Amino acid sequence: MIINHPLLGPRDAAEFVYLGDASLIDRPDWEAEDAAAQFHAYGYLRDNPAGAHQELWYHEQGDRSWLVVTRDTTTHEITQVELARDVARARGRDR
Amino acid sequence: MSQTHRIGDGQVDRSREISFRFNDRWMKGHPGDTLASALLANGKKLVGRSFKYHRPRGVFTCGSEEPNALVQLRTGAHQEPNTRATTVELFEGLSATSQNHRGSLEWDLMAVTDLMSPFLSAGFYYKTFMWPRAFWEKLYEPVIRSSAGLGRLSMQEDPDHYDKGFLHCDLLVIGAGPSGLMAALVAARSGARVILADEDFAPGGRLNAETLELGGMAGADWAARVVAELADMPNVRVMPRTTVYGAYDHGVYGALERCTDHLAESGGKPRQILWRIYSKRAVLAAGATERPIAFGNNDRPGVMMAGAVRAYVNRFGVTPGHHVAVFTNNDDGWRTAKDLAGKGVEVVAVIDSRDKPAVCEVPGARHVRGAAVMDTVGRKGVKAITLTDGQVIPVDCLAVSGGWNPNVHLTCHQRGRPEWRDDLQAFVPGGALPPGMAVAGAANGQMTLAAALAEGQAQAKAQLEALGHTVANVDVPEAEDEPREAAAFWHVKESKKRAWVDQQNDVTVKDVKLANREGFRSVELLKRYTTLGMATDQGKTSNIAGLAILAEEAGKTIPEVGTTIFRPPYTPVPMGALAGRARGKDFRPYRLTPSHNWAEENGATFVEVGNWLRAQWFARDGEKGWRDSVDREVEMTRNSVGICDVTTLGKIDIQGKDAAEFLNKVYCNGFATLAVGKVRYGLMLREDGIAYDDGTTARMGENHFVMTTTTANAVVVFRRLEFARQCLWPNLDVHLISTTDGWAQFAVAGPNSRKLLQKVVDKEHDLSNEAFPFMACGEVTVCGGMPARLFRISFSGELAYEIAVPARYGNSMMDVLMEAGREFDAVPYGTEALGVMRIEKGHAAGNELNGQTTAHNLGMGRMVSQKKECIGNVLSQRPEMLREDAVKLMGLKPVNPAEPLIAGMHFINRNASANMDNDQGWMTSVAYSPSLGHSIGLGFIKSGDTRKGEILRAVSPVHGREVLVEVVSAHFIDPEGERLRA
Amino acid sequence: MRYSALRILREGLTGNKGWKSVWREPEPKAEYDIVIVGGGGHGLATAYYLAKEFGHKNIAVLEKGWLGSGNIGRNTTIIRSNYMLPGNEPFYEMSLKLWEGLEQDFNYNAMVSQRSILNLYHSDAQRDAFVRRANAMMLAGADAEIADADQLRAELPFLDFDNARFPIKGGLFQRRGGTVRHDAVAWGYARGADARGVDIIQNCEVTGFDIENGRCTGVQTSRGAIRAKKVAVCVAGSSGRVMEKAGMRLPIESHVLQAFVTEGLKPVIPGVITFGAGHFYVSQSDKGGLVFGGDIDGYNSYAQRGNLPVVEDVAEGGMAIMPMIGRARLLRSWGGIMDMSMDGSPFIDKTHIEGLYFNGGWCYGGFKATPASGFCYAHLLAKGEPHPVATQMRLDRFMTGNLIDEKGVGNQPNLH
Repeated sequence: MIINHPLLGPRDAAEFVYLGDASLIDRPDWEAEDAAAQFHAYGYLRDNPAGAHQELWYHEQGDRSWLVVTRDTTTHEITQVELARDVARARGRDR
Repeated sequence: MSQTHRIGDGQVDRSREISFRFNDRWMKGHPGDTLASALLANGKKLVGRSFKYHRPRGVFTCGSEEPNALVQLRTGAHQEPNTRATTVELFEGLSATSQNHRGSLEWDLMAVTDLMSPFLSAGFYYKTFMWPRAFWEKLYEPVIRSSAGLGRLSMQEDPDHYDKGFLHCDLLVIGAGPSGLMAALVAARSGARVILADEDFAPGGRLNAETLELGGMAGADWAARVVAELADMPNVRVMPRTTVYGAYDHGVYGALERCTDHLAESGGKPRQILWRIYSKRAVLAAGATERPIAFGNNDRPGVMMAGAVRAYVNRFGVTPGHHVAVFTNNDDGWRTAKDLAGKGVEVVAVIDSRDKPAVCEVPGARHVRGAAVMDTVGRKGVKAITLTDGQVIPVDCLAVSGGWNPNVHLTCHQRGRPEWRDDLQAFVPGGALPPGMAVAGAANGQMTLAAALAEGQAQAKAQLEALGHTVANVDVPEAEDEPREAAAFWHVKESKKRAWVDQQNDVTVKDVKLANREGFRSVELLKRYTTLGMATDQGKTSNIAGLAILAEEAGKTIPEVGTTIFRPPYTPVPMGALAGRARGKDFRPYRLTPSHNWAEENGATFVEVGNWLRAQWFARDGEKGWRDSVDREVEMTRNSVGICDVTTLGKIDIQGKDAAEFLNKVYCNGFATLAVGKVRYGLMLREDGIAYDDGTTARMGENHFVMTTTTANAVVVFRRLEFARQCLWPNLDVHLISTTDGWAQFAVAGPNSRKLLQKVVDKEHDLSNEAFPFMACGEVTVCGGMPARLFRISFSGELAYEIAVPARYGNSMMDVLMEAGREFDAVPYGTEALGVMRIEKGHAAGNELNGQTTAHNLGMGRMVSQKKECIGNVLSQRPEMLREDAVKLMGLKPVNPAEPLIAGMHFINRNASANMDNDQGWMTSVAYSPSLGHSIGLGFIKSGDTRKGEILRAVSPVHGREVLVEVVSAHFIDPEGERLRA
Repeated sequence: MRYSALRILREGLTGNKGWKSVWREPEPKAEYDIVIVGGGGHGLATAYYLAKEFGHKNIAVLEKGWLGSGNIGRNTTIIRSNYMLPGNEPFYEMSLKLWEGLEQDFNYNAMVSQRSILNLYHSDAQRDAFVRRANAMMLAGADAEIADADQLRAELPFLDFDNARFPIKGGLFQRRGGTVRHDAVAWGYARGADARGVDIIQNCEVTGFDIENGRCTGVQTSRGAIRAKKVAVCVAGSSGRVMEKAGMRLPIESHVLQAFVTEGLKPVIPGVITFGAGHFYVSQSDKGGLVFGGDIDGYNSYAQRGNLPVVEDVAEGGMAIMPMIGRARLLRSWGGIMDMSMDGSPFIDKTHIEGLYFNGGWCYGGFKATPASGFCYAHLLAKGEPHPVATQMRLDRFMTGNLIDEKGVGNQPNLH
C-alpha cells in the first residue's frame, strides 16, 4: 500500500506502523463520573467497519508523524490522509 | 538417437549445439530451445509421472501452464524440484531428472496405483484409514506422504543468492505479445516511463509461435523490431524473463526476474531478483491459455495442446510427432493442422467436434466432421486414437484444442470477478479490476491479432491520457482477423475410459461427477474435494473444463456455477527470491554497542538482545565455564568496581516548557515536582493499566528531561510518547528526540566507582556524596573538557553511576574507564552479571515486566497515582486487577541451598498435588548468587506479600524436577539501600 | 451411509455409483429451536455437538456462502494446546482431546495427524517463558517437552544451527500437536450434523436480527425470515459486521492473515515448526506442500488478501531457520479475515440481548479450537451456562479486568 503523507508525499506503507481506529484520539476525561465505563469503551470497543475507516498510522521510518488515514477496509482504497495532530486539535483536544 | 524430430530452424540457432542430460541420457539441442523443445526434438515423449496414479506423462504445453513435464533441474545443492521443462532455457551441460517415480521413469513401481484407481476415486481417503486409530500416524500417513509430493529438495542450503529491487513507472505493460508490444510502443513514443515485462526469454508472445504476418513481415520479426526500438529508449525498461506474479494494493506489482537461470553458472550474480514495481497505471496483456478437451486416456504422452504443437513447429523447428492428428472444437485448432502441413509434417486427420466445413485447406488430412476422439492407445506414448464413430487412426501425436481462456489471473488479485462470455465460451476480466489496470488483447477476450493490436494501442492511449500525457500517434500495423469461432465442447461423453481434467493431480471427469453427486457442488467445494486445479499449474489448463462438467452435471450454466478466483502468485516464486538477502547472519541487521570493538578485543562472548549484540561476559584464562566468569564479574563489581556498556537502554530527550506536565501524563507516578539535577524512577503503564516499561528520567534543566527506557521497549515507548504528544495532548509544548544511538552510556558500579570516576570526570565537578548524592544528575566534562552526562543511579544495588558521552567516543571511553580503574582491579561486566545483580537486588526486568503484570503484581501499586491524569491509571483500577489474592513479586530461595532453581517453575502449596487448580504462581527469573552462595529466584505468587517465610513446592514437571523454596523478600542484597547512598 | 474400507471396496467394484450426497440441501423452515449463524467449522461443530451430545434436533445452520467457506477453509491446519494461561489451557487441551477421537466420532477421516509442534526459542528469556508454559501445560494434563539445541540438531538437522542471526537455543515440543485436513473437518461435522437432522442451509445470508424488548426472536435472511428461540452467532471475521446488525460494538477488529503453500515436495519436515525470532510457522501437508504463514498484515481489513511486505517477511523467516527451502516455490497464497480480539483470546458468551449468543474473537487461532468451541458453545446454548473450561471467555472481561492476554501486548489487536 502507499500512503500519501501530507508533508512528504506518497510513501510505502511499510515505512509506517499501524495502531488502529482513530477514535483512540478521543481519550475520555479521567475525572468523569463514568470514567471506568468510558475508558472501557475507549480502550476496547471498536466500530470495526467494513468500509471507510479512519485509522492511525505512525511514520516510524520517516518523520515520526502520526497520521489519520481514511481507508476502505474492503478495497484498501485511501481517500484522505491528515496529520493526526491537526485532527486531534480539530476534535477539541484541549491540552 | 539424435534430433529425430527437428524439422527446421524456427527461432533456434542451429549453427550451435548444446549438450544436455535427461536422466542418464545425453542429448543435443540448440540455443533458443527450451528443455521441452529439446526433449521433443530428440523424440523423448515420456518425461514424468502423474501425482496420484503415476501415469506416464509427456510434454503437454509450451509455456508456464505446463502440468506434466515437471523435472528436477540441476544437481546437488542446486537441485530445483518441479521445474517446468517448457520454460527452462537450454544451457550447456544442463542436467534434468524426472520425478515422482520409484524405480526408473519407464518402469515406475508406483504405477500399480493406476490399477487400483477404482478404489481411489475423489476423496476416498476421507472415508477410510480410520481404524485402528493409531495406524494413521504410524502406517497410513507415512505411506501416503512418501508417495505424495512431487520433486525433492536437496535438503542443503540454497547456494545461490537473490536480490530485491524497487522500480517506478508511469505504465507497466505485462506481457510482450502483440497487444503488450503495441501498448508499450505507444507509451514509449509518448515519453512515458514504461516497464515492459514478459515471462518468456524471447518477447513476442504468440507472435513467436504463429505464422501470422504483421504489416507485411513475419510476426516474430515485427516483435523483434519493436523490442529493439523499445530497448534503445531511455524511458523504457524491457524485462524479459520477468514474471509479474501479483497485483497488490495501490498499483504495486510483484515481479520475478530470472537473471541466471538460463546459464550454467550464476557467476556470482544474483540468481533472481524480486522486484516491487510501483506503477501509476498498468496494461495487462497476458494473452490466453489453450484448454484441453477431456476424453478417454487423454493424458498419454503425445497428446498435446494444439497451440503448443504448432509453437514447437514454428518457433523451435521441432515436431512433436510425425503422424499428427488434430482434435478441435474451434477454428483455431485448424491453424495447427495448416502450419504443420505447411512445414511438411504429415497431418493424418482433423477431427472437429462441430459439423461444419473445413476452416482451411490441410493437404493430406482427413476431415472428420462432428466427431470426437473417444480413446487413445499406447502405454508410454500415444500410438492410435479411437473416434466416436469407431475409426481407429494411428498417430504419434494428437493436437487438442478446446478453445482459449483469457489469462485473467492478475485481474482477480484484488476484487475482480471474471465474467462469462458466451460468444467466446470463456471467462473475461470482470468486476472491479485492480485500480489503474486495463486489460488488452487476448487477456481481454480479443482473440484475433488485429483486434489485439488495436486494443493494445487503445488501452495504452486511454491510460496515458488519464495521466495527462500527450499521446503519440502510432499506427497499428496491418494484420488479419483470423477465424476464431468456437463451440462449447468440454468432454467426450461417449468415452468409457477415464478422461483427465486435471492431469497433474489426476482428477478425471468421473471425479467431478462424483463430487457433484456427493454434494460438493460449489466450485470451491469441488476444488477442495477433488483437488482440481490445486497442482503446481494452479489449474491453468483444467479449471474451466472442471467447471463446465460440474455445471453440466448440476444442470446449471457455467456462470451460474461461477468460477474460482486466482490468487498470487501467477506462477510459483522461489522462497529464496522472496527472502532475498535477508537470510543467515543477514536476516536482520546487527546493532553494535559503542564499545563493541573494545569488548571484542577483550574476549567478550556476545549475545543477541533484540537486534543488539551485547557482551554477555568477558572470560579470563583459566575460567572453566561461563559461570566462573559471571561469578567473578559480580564479585569484583560488588567488592570494587565494574563497568558495563548500557547504551542499549532507550534514551529519549524531552524538551519544552510543558515537558514536566507531559512526563506526568505518561508515567503513572509523579514527575511534576522532580527537581532540576535529580533523577527519578518512573513506571509507565499501558492504557489498559498493565505495567509497560520502567526506567529513570533525569531533569537536566527546567525544560529538559532525559528519559531512559528498557532495551526491549526503546522503540515502542518512543512511538507511544509521540502518540501521546501528537494525538492525546497536541497542544503541549514538548518535543522528543530519540538519542539512544547518540550517547554511549556506561554503568560504573561498585564501592570504588566514585573514586574511579573522580579520575575521569574533570576536577571542577564535585562527585562527593554531598554534592552529587544518590539520584543526582548533571552535565559534566570528562578527559579535560569533553561533554558528558552523569547520573547517580544503580541497577546493581551498589554505589553506582551511569556516565554518557557522545557515541563516537564510546569505545575510547571504555578504554579510559578501564585504565582509570586499573588500580581498583576494575572489571568489565556483561549482561549475565548485570542480570545476576539485578535479581540479587530484586529489580523487575523483562521476565517480570512481561506485559501481563500490573503495578499491583509488582508491588508498586501505590505508585499509580489517582490524583492526576496519566495513561493507564483509570483502567488499572478494574476489580479483577486489584484482587487481594493477585500474584505478587517475591524472592525465592531453595530450602536446601545446594539445589538450583529453574525459571519457569510453578509454585504449589506444600501439601497440595501438582495440577493447574493448585497453581500458586511461577518463577520468573533465576540466578546463582555468588554473593549469597546459592541459587535465588524471583517469582509471582498468589498473595505473595503475605506469605514471607512460607515453604512452597517449586515444580518443573517438564524437567521432572521439584525444589522446596522459601518465600522471601525480593531484595536479597542490601534491602535498606545503604550501599546505593554510600 | 457409514464410511469404511469395505464400503470403498464395494463401491469401487460397482463403478462408484452408490455414493450418496454427504448432506441434504434443505429449504429453511419457518422456525427452529436454535439458529446458528455461520456454517464454518465452529458453527457446524456447534450444531453437531448440540445434536449429538445435548439432544437438540431442531437446529438450522445458516451459511452465507458455501459450507466451510470461512476460515475453516483458509488456515494453516495446526492443532495444539500449548497455551500458558489458566483461562486458555484447559480449553485448548479439551480441544486437542476431542481432535484425538474426532474421526471415529464422526466417521470421517479428517487426517488428524499428531506429528508434533515445535516452538523454537532463541534467547534465555524466551526459554524461561517456554518453561513456564510447558509446566502450565503439564499441570493441565497436556504434554510438553523442552529440548535443547543439541537435541534439536539430532532430530532436525536441516535447521540453521551454525549461521543464524538468532541462533536456535532450543524449543518447546508438544508431540501431540500436529495438523488436520482442514476442509474435511467442516465436511465431517456437516455430515454428522445433517445425519442427526440439522438443516444446513447454504447461500443464506443473515441480513438482520428480530429483536423485541431486548429479546432476539429470529433472523431475517436472504431466504426469508426465520424464527428461533435462540440465535447463536459464530461468524469469525464477519463478527463486527453481523453483530452490528444487533446494535452491538465488539472488542474485536478484523484483520487479514495471509497463508501460503509451496509446490508439492517429497517429505521435508516432520511436524510443525515455529520460528521464535521472526514470523514464520510451517508444516508439510500430506500432499507434500509446505504450508506456512506468519504475522497478520496488521491493518483492519475485510479483504481476503494481503500485501507484499508480509509475504516477504514470512519468507525471510523461513529462510532464516531452514535455508534449504530456497528452491522450493511458493505456489499459492490466500488471506483470511481474523476476528482479532482485544486480548488475543476468544468469547463464548451470551450477549445482553436475551436469546442472542456470540462466539468469536478467535484471532488467528480458531482452527485448533474448533471441536472445543463447538462443544462449549453447544453447552452454553443447551444449558444456559458456560462449560467449565470456558468460564473466562466472557464479553465483560474487559470491564472487570479479568484478561486472557497470552502475549502480553494489551488492547491492540494487531499485536496479538
